Amino acid sequence: MRKGKLVLKDGSVYEGTLYGKRNAVGEVVFTTGMSGYQETLTDPSFCGQIVVMTYPLVGNYGCSPLFNQGRKCFFQGYVIGDLCDCPSNWRNEQSLEAFLEQQDIPTLVGVDTRAITRKLRNYGVLQGVIVPAEMPQDEVEALLATPDVHDQVQQVTTKEVYSMGEGKLNVAVMDYGIKQNILNYLVSFGCHLTVFPADTSAEEVLRYNPDGIFLSNGPGDPKDLPEVIENVKKMIGRRPIFGICLGHQLMALANGADTYKMKFGHRGINQPVKDLRSGRIYISSQNHGYAVDEKSLEGKGITVTHISMNDGTIEGVEYANHPTFTVQYHPEACPGPGGHEYLFKHFIDMMEGR
Amino acid sequence: MPKLSNIKKVLVIGSGPIIIGQAAEFDYAGTQACRALKEEGLEVVLVNSNPATIMTDVHIADRVYVEPISIEFLENIIKRERPDSLLATLGGQVGLNMAMALEEKGILNEYKVRLLGTQISAIKRGEDRELFKETMEKIHQPIPESTIVETVMAACAFGRQIGYPLIVRPAYTLGGTGGGIADNEDELVDIVQKGLGYSPIGQCLIERSIAGWKEIEYEVIRDAADNCITVCSMENLDPVGVHTGDSIVVAPAQTLSDREVQLLRQASIDIVRELGVVGGCNVQLALDPYSENYYVIEVNPRVSRSSALASKATGYPIAKVTSKIAVGYNLDEIENAVTKKTKACFEPTLDYIVLKFPRWPFDKFVTADRTLGTQMKATGEVMAIERSMEASMLKAVRSLEIGLTHLEMPELKALSDEEIHDRIKLIDDERCFVIAEAMRRGITIDEIHSITKIDKWFLSKIQNIVKMERALETHELTASLLRKAKKMGFADSVIGARVGKSEFAIRDLRKSWGIIPTYKMVDTCAAEFEAATPYYYSCYETEDEVEVTDKKKVVVLGSGPIRIGQGVEFDYCSVHCVWALKELGYETIIINNNPETVSTDFDISDKLYFEPLTVEDVLNVIDKEKPEGVIVQFGGQTAINLAGPLSKAGVQVLGSSVDSIDRAEDRERFDELLTSCNIPRPQGHTVFDTEGALAAAHDVGYPTMVRPSYVLGGRAMEIVYNDEELKHYMSSAVKASHEHPVLVDHYLQGTEVEVDAICDGKEVLIPGIMQHVERAGVHSGDSIAVYPPRTLSEAVIKTIINYTNKMALGLEVKGMINIQYIVRDEHVYVIEVNPRSSRTVPFLSKVTSVPMVNVATKCAMGKSIREQGFKPGLRLFPDYYAVKAPVFSFNKMSNVDITLGPEMKSTGEVMACDYQFSRALYKACLASGINVPHEGSILITVADMDKPEAIEIAKGFEDLGYIVTATGGTAQYLQEQGVNVNVATKVSEGHPNILDDIKAGRISMVINTTNHGRDAERDGFKIRRSTVEHAIPCLTSMDTARELQRVMSAMRRRRVVSVVALQDLSLSWED
Repeated sequence: MRKGKLVLKDGSVYEGTLYGKRNAVGEVVFTTGMSGYQETLTDPSFCGQIVVMTYPLVGNYGCSPLFNQGRKCFFQGYVIGDLCDCPSNWRNEQSLEAFLEQQDIPTLVGVDTRAITRKLRNYGVLQGVIVPAEMPQDEVEALLATPDVHDQVQQVTTKEVYSMGEGKLNVAVMDYGIKQNILNYLVSFGCHLTVFPADTSAEEVLRYNPDGIFLSNGPGDPKDLPEVIENVKKMIGRRPIFGICLGHQLMALANGADTYKMKFGHRGINQPVKDLRSGRIYISSQNHGYAVDEKSLEGKGITVTHISMNDGTIEGVEYANHPTFTVQYHPEACPGPGGHEYLFKHFIDMMEGR
Repeated sequence: MPKLSNIKKVLVIGSGPIIIGQAAEFDYAGTQACRALKEEGLEVVLVNSNPATIMTDVHIADRVYVEPISIEFLENIIKRERPDSLLATLGGQVGLNMAMALEEKGILNEYKVRLLGTQISAIKRGEDRELFKETMEKIHQPIPESTIVETVMAACAFGRQIGYPLIVRPAYTLGGTGGGIADNEDELVDIVQKGLGYSPIGQCLIERSIAGWKEIEYEVIRDAADNCITVCSMENLDPVGVHTGDSIVVAPAQTLSDREVQLLRQASIDIVRELGVVGGCNVQLALDPYSENYYVIEVNPRVSRSSALASKATGYPIAKVTSKIAVGYNLDEIENAVTKKTKACFEPTLDYIVLKFPRWPFDKFVTADRTLGTQMKATGEVMAIERSMEASMLKAVRSLEIGLTHLEMPELKALSDEEIHDRIKLIDDERCFVIAEAMRRGITIDEIHSITKIDKWFLSKIQNIVKMERALETHELTASLLRKAKKMGFADSVIGARVGKSEFAIRDLRKSWGIIPTYKMVDTCAAEFEAATPYYYSCYETEDEVEVTDKKKVVVLGSGPIRIGQGVEFDYCSVHCVWALKELGYETIIINNNPETVSTDFDISDKLYFEPLTVEDVLNVIDKEKPEGVIVQFGGQTAINLAGPLSKAGVQVLGSSVDSIDRAEDRERFDELLTSCNIPRPQGHTVFDTEGALAAAHDVGYPTMVRPSYVLGGRAMEIVYNDEELKHYMSSAVKASHEHPVLVDHYLQGTEVEVDAICDGKEVLIPGIMQHVERAGVHSGDSIAVYPPRTLSEAVIKTIINYTNKMALGLEVKGMINIQYIVRDEHVYVIEVNPRSSRTVPFLSKVTSVPMVNVATKCAMGKSIREQGFKPGLRLFPDYYAVKAPVFSFNKMSNVDITLGPEMKSTGEVMACDYQFSRALYKACLASGINVPHEGSILITVADMDKPEAIEIAKGFEDLGYIVTATGGTAQYLQEQGVNVNVATKVSEGHPNILDDIKAGRISMVINTTNHGRDAERDGFKIRRSTVEHAIPCLTSMDTARELQRVMSAMRRRRVVSVVALQDLSLSWED
């Protein structure tokens, strides 16, 4: 067994058993979901991050291609309490250990993940590295000084335009790192999808004459994507638009609102969201480190429709002057709870002119 | 204030006595409910017949009625109190049934009582079989297909329609007699043919068998605005087939993919929404291990045992939230009590594994059928929290107090590989231990899985434990190996045994290597938010998050799982001890492992450590917290047993010293004390073999009470009447030796009297004296106790006071002492002394209004009785009577003899008070579930020595218009004495005999004292068991029979149902 360590920018060190061949460098975040590790691992929104699982037992039911949410795992590194060596489930086709090896994800196992979580909760997300235990301090420091990445969306978006599903509604899907289940949901609602790379121009998208446009989730800081924002601006008002997560943030920025980086974000599948219009509470899957700034909404024709019940952050908005609504959380679940179909339904209704 | 207008006074129905299937969890839920309602400024009226509960304390509800939970009494209470609302979903099935009956009888309507929370229509949709089926079909939720058949042909047709396997249950047979699982038509024909014969109405229920599927539970909460959350998923280690109360359960679910988790979560929410539950609800589902097919097994539209577990497992207070929802709040308006920042509308997420292990009463009921199935048999449970499955499991095993510290049973070592292999098939309480043993013998996971259907994930965790054992045996004990073993949950003693070192040698070694436990918080949110809950568990990680204060503090040891002999009453005592210590300004720390209890609610003590109650686990907490000392006298035998070892390890035992405890428990030292105080006790000897026993018996004279010296609580205790019985006892019941002597005492037949007293070291306060209805020989826990005593002379009472003072002072008691006396011919003998809190303390506290645990705790901490404003000596007797009656769970246990004797058999108790003794006793009988017949035939069949006493009883019943039935000798004897007897046929004399009479409903009550011993073949046993199966009262003590006859006579003359609140009783007494 190789010894490894997670070193955080503030100097704290957590030792464990190291799996994987390369070093990992990235922003260290934690997620609190107790199930759905494979969906999390393949969620492109985690691109470039080192992810800590607060639930200590990981890999219990193995892996299956069915659970993948992206074409691969974009994690920098993975930190867990226990890596199950005896997965048991009828869908299990590959152990998590084998999956991680195949995906080349450095994984630190046997760590007090709760201690790391408490650190991140108190100090906010931190840069960190996963390296072999014997790596000298100066090398660690050098790695920690690696400049932040800003091109995550370019890494995860589709390289080619492709289409999916059959139906009478044509939806243009902007892929900033889209999760498979969003596509599945739209298809299940009778949409024919054309999925575009993130940098596709608004003109090209509109040339397909879609009934609606969908702006997907994705990794990183929305402000890293000025050209994308410009394109979004050009889409405004042209078609009904539904956005999720990064798509929600991009739309806000395109409308002149602002976004900010949160202390440690919302990552988990137990996050309560309130729909302010109905008063109804929904338990949601969330994965965001940035949020739309409520103060910046004033005078921009943006109404807050959803808030987080935990800290009041904006989880959804609608636009007064054009047929657009967006949510910060993940109504498509995977991992996490369903029950958000009404949002997709609303998008369909808008496209059908209802 | 509540969101709903016009709520001012709420009636809360409790769940009554502890029985198998309904334990302390409802005290926890009910207490939380009452407190939540009072928080809203509401007046709370509580009805619960169980005095051993926190919820029946006068400060928990404004009006406390310890009365029978029946429609008649509830109506009276409603009439008297005129509550505007009723909260019934926190009192278990009892509460729910009462709500439905009150509604049906129009009582709620008549008195304009509004039902809060889940409405009757929703309850019915969840409870009524047909309505439930309809509801599930409506929302396309699958339930196992079933049908009722009266012919083999119909059964086969059903089989062809839905396929196999099918489960067959003959209607109206106890414990599913004659049922079985059919894998094909041939088997179905065979089982149904027999089953139709077994069923008294010739019917069989046939249902799709889902045995072997994964059993998953969800705890769901819904508010009136239709917001719905799930608190927790739970997975049973035992696949479908074993009652969830008898299953080992883990939280969260471990072997389900997120797809499966979400599938079942959504199903649970859809079901709860469609039923229209408002508050907490439990949904049980079965999931096919090889597809995403599932079935809904059952729904409990109320707070349940599982919700108590889910609350403790997550930190989410389901009962409290349910109560708030009931008065009109929505989930987003209720504070998350753990974080104090977020709201109750979220789903807890765990960063640990919780494991629940049931505690079964088979140590007391040695002849009982240990097979686990659809009938729950456990009396209680333990819960363990750890960061791995292995460690959770081992912690749970240590918490059970079944004499084991590891997943290893010494008895199994003696079995051959083949026998072990066969035992795996048996689904009983020892299955997990058998599996571990099988793995030690090299039987593979695959093989065990194919037999048990237990998921391989669980099996592999057990295998990891076995592998670690081997590693310890074969490798040098390095720091790294020791840390791994500790991380996996191995106890020091277990590691020591594998490496040839003592427990304390391992402890010292690991401390020298810096391997000490870290304590983590249970915070509902996996550390995402800062939490305020002082609720901790140990694990071997790197960061410890407990902030140790420099306040003066005391550790209170809890009493572990509920079992026969140690029930909820000790939890009551622990909680009151904590409250008293808080009044004295101490920081209080509770260590306990029972998820059902009030003591493990995180807002009772300043800190709660959810840990096994073993020397190692307790010392670890003490090392960390460095308290002034520990209090052991309120945690039952569990805590008392730890006093010696803890003291030896240098821990200060507060209150009565370890030496005091030893002097009361060690027979020789106790005899010395009695001799020096000049207090008589029944003559007796300590013997080491059968010859010695015979000599001793001849010396003291028969009848003789025999018991092993090393077990307490009446285990293996018997009364023998002659040499033959004594020889049988010595050869079969005990293994006497020099290490394990047997005590042979003269059995003194007299009135049993019990005293609970408090001593501050100098003076003694005696809150009350209780007299038992049953003569000595019936375990005090199974006797009906009456306060104040009815027939003791002033001289006897004086002697009792005198002896109590002498013993309390002689033993240098600081705190509680419990003494049992026998009074015979105006002489008082002492039979047992325990320098600790007893089972009767909650009862006596309630009826004497002396807060006994509070006073005793303060005495233990150095405050005198007088300083606390109490006058030493016996408190004045009140002008009312209080009766405590035992409650049994015999209908859950086949093959157990229900005869009362020196071994305790009851699982719970009830109390009743009245200004007239007969009314108090009548109410106690009703509350305890004795179905007192108003007419019919009473079968009297008693031992020769009881025949003279039977005359008066028989005549009494005859006068009341009952028919007296008797067999053989009893019939002849009674006829000779002028009783009009209907002679019946003995079991051995052919048909139709008395068993047939009972079966046919021709007997309304049985008085039986025929046989001694456990011989299941004897007629008496069959008669007694058949009374259980046909739910008719069976009295096995002449004393109970006599009192009952008198009561019925009194009730016949003037039957008045009167109810009285505890608050009113204390007033009249203080006046």
